[in-house]
Amino acid sequence: MVIKVISVIAYLVLAPIVGCILAGLDRKVSAKMQRRVGPPILQPYYDVRKLFEKEKMAPTRYQDFYIIAYLVFLIGAGAIFFAGGDLLLVIFTETIGAAFLVIAAYSSNSPYAEVGAERELLQMMAYEPMMLLTAVGFYMFHGSFTVDDLVKPDTMAFLPMIGLFIGFIYILTIKFRKSPFDLSMSHHAHQELVRGVTTEFVGRTMGWIEVSHWYENIFLLGFIFLFFCNGTVWGCVIGALVCIAAYFLEVFIDNSFARMKWQFAFKSAWIVAIVLGMVNIFILQLVF
Amino acid sequence: MAYVTKSPWVVHYDGSSCNGCDIEVLACLMPMYDVERFGIINTGNPKHADVFLVTGSVNEQNKDVVRQIYEQMPEPKVVVAVGICACHGGVFRDAYNILGGVDTVIPVDCYVPGCAARPEAIIDGVVKGLGILQAKREAMVNGAKAIPAEEEAPAEEAPAEEAAAPAEETAEEIKEEGGEA
Ligand code: SF4
Repeated sequence: MVIKVISVIAYLVLAPIVGCILAGLDRKVSAKMQRRVGPPILQPYYDVRKLFEKEKMAPTRYQDFYIIAYLVFLIGAGAIFFAGGDLLLVIFTETIGAAFLVIAAYSSNSPYAEVGAERELLQMMAYEPMMLLTAVGFYMFHGSFTVDDLVKPDTMAFLPMIGLFIGFIYILTIKFRKSPFDLSMSHHAHQELVRGVTTEFVGRTMGWIEVSHWYENIFLLGFIFLFFCNGTVWGCVIGALVCIAAYFLEVFIDNSFARMKWQFAFKSAWIVAIVLGMVNIFILQLVF
Repeated sequence: MAYVTKSPWVVHYDGSSCNGCDIEVLACLMPMYDVERFGIINTGNPKHADVFLVTGSVNEQNKDVVRQIYEQMPEPKVVVAVGICACHGGVFRDAYNILGGVDTVIPVDCYVPGCAARPEAIIDGVVKGLGILQAKREAMVNGAKAIPAEEEAPAEEAPAEEAAAPAEETAEEIKEEGGEA
């Protein structure tokens, strides 16, 4: 119990710090890939502090409520994860959070935000099956949905679940909002939708969204960590290294591909889920 | 120290121009000058922006657009007029539809002269703008209304001198416009 409380508190405190540094490294590495110097590592932190200094401005006053709900549900999903809770509950809580972002964008009544919200919904439809299949795969292999049991099994789930792992990396591109699937909102300037879902969020509200991205990224990396846990220290070390590698793989993908249409994002994510995810689950069913 | 000076996000609007200054603004974002070093991002969205970079003069068609972009930006914000066209109309000044510089519709905090304004001068102008941004932020914190930049008619004979000494000119403007900046 004590360990659970400690790990949840550690998540609440450390996730934004690590998430912020990862975001800063992301920008630095992207800049290096484009042969630029790039901003300081702490730039995302400065950005958020700056956003909190700005004037309040909102098309509707309910917007802030939705965004705070988005933040709370994402933090909640991460907290359940790090408290060793149910993987399905984590996914559902996270989905509710994402839905609040969509509602917030719709509530602004701005055409750009609305198209962004529609695309965000499409993205949710694209990644959701794969996330659920990953959870199902963990259940098939370890016989449990709870993270508590998943972090101390005796075998590493990575090789038997390699199809699910690749599929999860694939949808991680969508979840991290990286090109080619940064349809609803891009971290880079100048896209056809102004700033997509976040177009109407000003100052503080936008700051909360950035903070929730940091939280979200960390617990998504936690999923990757689960593939490598085998109850030993080495499993944890490999898991942590692969998490970092996966993050920078996404940065690499981000810088190497142009944005695709939503049709491609949707179809390819489902094909990956069906081919890699389902086949992997059938194999798990037959062999284990 | 206000964080707003560490992450000034820019929205760029190109009015009635020859696109020369427009391209120079984009050149600032390229690896050669890389303004992201200073945390400057070219966001396409006025609601996220702190610095409004206008190139080109204002005409009857785009005056509402310029005004609307300005009004959609949350405080604290600064306006930087880039190029002679944006400062007072430039070569288009006598055209039948041109109102003049950007300061005919919105208050401008910082003038960057040149035709086209060089990337160094643009960066210099934005950095000067940051001082004003900080002053406005402090004014906000102190409860005072952000200092409105004075409306000032652009000087007719200015271009030649401005082009000769861009840095001094912007510095002068700061003194006049930004007060304690
Ligand atoms: S100042 Fe010169 S280069 Fe710039 S927009 Fe005007 S005419 Fe073009």
